Amino acid sequence: MAHFEKATSVKDWLNQRLAIEKVEKVMASEYWIPKNINFLWAMGMVLMITFILLLVSGIFLLMYYQPNVATAFDSVNYTIMREVGFGWLWRHIHGVAASVVFLIIYIHMFTGIYYGSYKKGREMIWISGMLLFITFSAEAFSGYMLPWGQMSYWAGMVITNIFSLGGLHLDGLVEWIRGDYVPAQAFLNRFFMLHVLLLPLAILGLIGLHFAALRIPHVNNQDGEEIDFDAEAQKYLAGDKKGSKVMRFANDFMSKDMMVVGIYLIFFFYLVFYHYNFAMDPVNFDPADGLKTPAHIYPEWYFLWSYEILRPFSVNIGLIAFGFAQVIFVLLPFLDRSPNTVPANRRGAFGIWFWLLLVDMIVLTAMGKLPPEGAFSTIGLVAALAFIALWIALPFITAKEKKL
Amino acid sequence: MEKNGRRGFMGKAFGAVAAVGAVGSLVAMKKSWDPLPSVKAAGFTTLDMTAYTAGELVTEKWRGKPIFVLKKTPEMVAKQNEDDKARDIIVNGEHFMVAIGLCTHLGCIPAYYPDEEGFICACHGGQFDFAGMVTKVPPPRGLDIPPFRIDGNKLVLGEIGPEYENMKENGVTL
Amino acid sequence: MKNKEPIILAVVVFFTLVTYYLVEPYAHGVMHKHVESENYAYDDLPAINKTGDAARGKDLVLGAGACTGCHSIEVAGMPAPMDPVTAASSYGVNPPDLSNAGVIFDGKFLANLIKNPAHALMVEHKFDASKGQMHPMTQFYGAGGDLDQEVADMVAYLQSIAVEQESVTPAMAYENACGRCHALKYENWTQIGTKPSFKYKKDELAFDIKVLEYEDSITKYMGKLPPDLSMYIRSRGEHYIKTFVENPQNYLHGTAMPRVGINAESMDKVIEHLEDAGDTKREERASVGANVMMFTIIFAIFALLWKKQVWRDLH
Repeated sequence: MAHFEKATSVKDWLNQRLAIEKVEKVMASEYWIPKNINFLWAMGMVLMITFILLLVSGIFLLMYYQPNVATAFDSVNYTIMREVGFGWLWRHIHGVAASVVFLIIYIHMFTGIYYGSYKKGREMIWISGMLLFITFSAEAFSGYMLPWGQMSYWAGMVITNIFSLGGLHLDGLVEWIRGDYVPAQAFLNRFFMLHVLLLPLAILGLIGLHFAALRIPHVNNQDGEEIDFDAEAQKYLAGDKKGSKVMRFANDFMSKDMMVVGIYLIFFFYLVFYHYNFAMDPVNFDPADGLKTPAHIYPEWYFLWSYEILRPFSVNIGLIAFGFAQVIFVLLPFLDRSPNTVPANRRGAFGIWFWLLLVDMIVLTAMGKLPPEGAFSTIGLVAALAFIALWIALPFITAKEKKL
Repeated sequence: MEKNGRRGFMGKAFGAVAAVGAVGSLVAMKKSWDPLPSVKAAGFTTLDMTAYTAGELVTEKWRGKPIFVLKKTPEMVAKQNEDDKARDIIVNGEHFMVAIGLCTHLGCIPAYYPDEEGFICACHGGQFDFAGMVTKVPPPRGLDIPPFRIDGNKLVLGEIGPEYENMKENGVTL
Repeated sequence: MKNKEPIILAVVVFFTLVTYYLVEPYAHGVMHKHVESENYAYDDLPAINKTGDAARGKDLVLGAGACTGCHSIEVAGMPAPMDPVTAASSYGVNPPDLSNAGVIFDGKFLANLIKNPAHALMVEHKFDASKGQMHPMTQFYGAGGDLDQEVADMVAYLQSIAVEQESVTPAMAYENACGRCHALKYENWTQIGTKPSFKYKKDELAFDIKVLEYEDSITKYMGKLPPDLSMYIRSRGEHYIKTFVENPQNYLHGTAMPRVGINAESMDKVIEHLEDAGDTKREERASVGANVMMFTIIFAIFALLWKKQVWRDLH
């Protein structure tokens, strides 16, 4: 048995049992962060705060929400919005955060791509991050079903139909997923379960993995500099705070994280109170009606780019392109064959590739929302083909890159 | 050495037994996601085919899905091609288009435009003619025809009659 | 080294705003046509340039005009000839009580309505007299004198018995203008009136059956059941509702919904009632919002000061 001594303080008592000092060093005070990083590196903390907002508001919504096709709509729009004290606030926070979290995820992702933060030992950070993106997408979709409005119902219908996999006609699989011939009680109940239990569990696990993956390779920096963290940490601890190239995570970088969070929260709460319609589609305030499709069916904005890759093609090719779009980002560390871990602006062709990809995804996003007619169809088709071409070209252009 | 080998073997055997248990529980989980028997049993709808007016689209409901019923006018019947004719359901000499009113692309309900005698799907722009055949992609095939059996003046949806089997064999519907 | 953060921030904000513009204002502009308000002027209807006399109007409304054959006028002591369910099965919809018609609806509209209901209501595509499709409200052909003068008198009478415009409550405006076709579940309103609370389940079921029978009649009359409007303020928004009510044909060509001829002041009351139903907490949202914004700004300032202090040692 391990040897315990009479504790001299509460802290000592805990320290003997939980090694809290050691944990504090590993996680905070001696978690070394390079100094040459900018506010984009605070997006992780912004995401964490947004996730906490989602979790807390979700808990309060859960107490009055009823996962029943007859009562779900009213439990949200009457009970929560009119009766529960501040129920409207939880719902607006939840709805807006679910949309904004994807904006921050995309900024976080494109930051990673720009600075090459998925290379040289950081592959698992990228892969776990993309798994988080996929589970967040599933979480957002399942949550969108719950108010049981027109958009919930028809998005549920259209997205589950994708699993018939076009020419394979797996109608049995679609009915198995729904538990019925159409989205109905069984469907609502199981998506409720996914939204409040299974997917949040998976997200918590993946967040743990994402953080763990970051601890050994350390965070990247904005200059593509290779830093000897041990030597720089010694320098810092020896008192040369100014000369060291690194700083503590807490309080040094965390104070900057919090500054960015502060500015972000001004933006976030402005949306919650004054500009929420973009995140809470008006069409979804009509109760679900299986015999009437809304005039325009479109997913939430963060799914539009991949939806637009599905849409312009015939059904089988569309599905293959869609599947391609879902997995290709995960493979980025292996498709980028360049030896350089430096910002995109110093990588020649890759720099152009980065901005083309960003613009192409914005074009796809816009076309995914617009009705598929005339010029919009054509632009959508070109943008979808461009997306595929960009990813196919990536290994070739990066292989040609010279070592800097 | 021998001891180690045996230990390795027993370890693998234990793993195999555990795997059987895991697979077994997966079967149970899969079954729990299946549609309930009550959902499957409530799958029949009977339509009285004398109640329809020619040229007017009526939407019925079967298994929670909209069913389009369009009694064709003599002019419509006259201008049909062979593919269209193969899709006709004939009850007492009258020609009907009966189809599941969900776009075969991704399941939205196409709207009927009587002036154009056709359907347009608002979701992805697919179009169908009055017989339910595709006139503009993305839909990969015409509107699906639900399983049916003709019973005098009545049409029973969900049961399989000889006319439906014929259509299936000839690839008219899935 | 030069601080690149301002330019990075500008790039992030730029791409965010471009994306926002394309998927929100631009896409919705393409998907939904914009209809400008006609300010409830009902310009297509001819003006009645006569000054009405309420006393003569009273005789016409209660006498030769035969209004009370179908309509109740409770303030004038005229009860409804039938209960709402029977009335709906005869006429398709329960004819409105006229006590406050004069203040809810536009005067010019009322005059034109009396002269030619299907035209004023914009439902001539449904009620074409030449095809024998008569609107359930009989046209007033005159009582022997000048038709326009008689109509002006009748409108003057209706305006004289109605309450003042300032006394029109949101619920009153809704019930008169919308409530006989559209239920408003979140305000406990059915097409035959506010649903009372019942002591016995049996009585409640009896009331529900009456509502269902009324809904059957109106479904037959309109082609489909007019929707419950509880959440319309969120699903459609104020501008859409206002321009739709003014002229339903603007958005849904051929719709069975009539133009109801409401005046601008009463329409604002209808909107207020819909906000009470579907956006009940709007005032709380505004006041809490102001406080939270103030707090987050203070939070950000303190975070900034803390960061400055911590980083002073680092550079």
